Amino acid sequence: MRKIQVLTVLLGVFLMMAPLPARSDSKIHSGKTVAEANPPEEVERPIPNLFITPPPLSEGIFPCSDCHADQKTNPNRRELTEFHENIKLINHAEKQRWCLDCHNPDDRDYLRLASGKLVTFEESYYLCGQCHGTIFRDWKAGVHGKRTGEWNGKKVYRLCVQCHNPHNPRFKPITPKPPPIKPADIK
Amino acid sequence: MKEPKISPPREHKVARRSFLKGAALGSVALALPSRDADASIWDAFFQKHFREMNDKELKKVLKRLEQEYAEKYGVDIDISANKPLSGVLFGYGLDLSRCIGCRRCVYACVGENNQSRDPQIQWITVLRFKKGDKWVNDLENADKYYNPDKVPEEGYFYMPTQCQQCENPPCVSACPTQATWKEDDGIIVVDYNWCIGCRYCMAACPYGARHFNWTGPGIPKDEINTKTHYLGNRPRYHGIVEKCTFCIQRTRNTPGRYPACVEICPVGARKFGNMLDPKSEIRYCIENKRIFRLKEDLNTYPKFFYFFAT
Repeated sequence: MRKIQVLTVLLGVFLMMAPLPARSDSKIHSGKTVAEANPPEEVERPIPNLFITPPPLSEGIFPCSDCHADQKTNPNRRELTEFHENIKLINHAEKQRWCLDCHNPDDRDYLRLASGKLVTFEESYYLCGQCHGTIFRDWKAGVHGKRTGEWNGKKVYRLCVQCHNPHNPRFKPITPKPPPIKPADIK
Repeated sequence: MKEPKISPPREHKVARRSFLKGAALGSVALALPSRDADASIWDAFFQKHFREMNDKELKKVLKRLEQEYAEKYGVDIDISANKPLSGVLFGYGLDLSRCIGCRRCVYACVGENNQSRDPQIQWITVLRFKKGDKWVNDLENADKYYNPDKVPEEGYFYMPTQCQQCENPPCVSACPTQATWKEDDGIIVVDYNWCIGCRYCMAACPYGARHFNWTGPGIPKDEINTKTHYLGNRPRYHGIVEKCTFCIQRTRNTPGRYPACVEICPVGARKFGNMLDPKSEIRYCIENKRIFRLKEDLNTYPKFFYFFAT
């Protein structure tokens, strides 16, 4: 008698547990494949054929290979003292990142994505888009950032770095234009 | 038997009716400019409503107005009268999480649309709100005279307002002369030559978007924008009402430029486009952002959408 009771309890426990793997199994079979779940961005909303303004490179700095070609790359994190002293990472994940996370160590004329793919300075939005995915999505749709040109024609898109300093991206406060005249001050 | 009384015949008998007729005609002739007066005064007096003019009449009116403006302001002002583009319904988006309250838009609008500098008329008002306050129903208590050294200020956010281009505009139904109406592309326009300045539309507008000209516009000659539209930014007259037209003189072209306020915004908070085009920027905002409209409870259905982007 007791054996039967134990068996029924065990059966009950087994039945309760059984649907769990069964459900997740069906999910795998009926769900999307890995490729479907993460379609490449280009399929969803391609980078539109835009007129993108050139990157605001400091004069006399580019191409970087002019100086860096015959220099040995020092991969260590350090305070820059000899050159680029004015570049400081401020409020831009400075603890997690370092120059060579974005700048390609082997050929400095390119930027480097996390995947190892090289991109030019003109395409730096790919680099920014790695972390700022939602902003990148909006930017491609023409919703993030300053927009000029024609609403039904050619639009001018700006690179992220045209408005945000990549090393210190927060938008700097600016002086407002004067307020309207108060009714009491009208002569 | 009494003889009937016969009044003696008068030498110059004038019937009462014909006397009144003559008097009425005479007073009209006095009020109207005489044939010798400047022909343009005569033409202006009998100018038709904008929507009733045919192309030939419109051309004549535009030519006359250009001549008048050239005499008054000493610059050649080009007045177009482009019709709405077919399949276009304009919509406007404003990202409140980006606006920094710098008022660049206000002054770009004043310059583009020939608003009076003195006395001051501005079509855009930037309101400042304290973060965390109950505010959506309390627009009247917002501060529009804020003047700090730098914006944005800590603890505040900003909301620019202008004409909301309502789908169901109270100003239009209030106008007794039909001098203001909604065009097919959704823009509410004013025929400044038909406006009688009664300001009923100003009383009807829940957004404070209409402005009255207490005098003629005071614009320095070298600051006049000479590319104008009949229903848009041509210089207005003394005693009439004016408003934002989504820069009708820029946007009603193919290709059409963005309104001046969109173009100037340094943070890109302003969005503009055709709501009937599923690929337009404004449609993306409406479909993907948490949008709201001002004073929705009034059923005015503004085509001006506010949102907070990610």
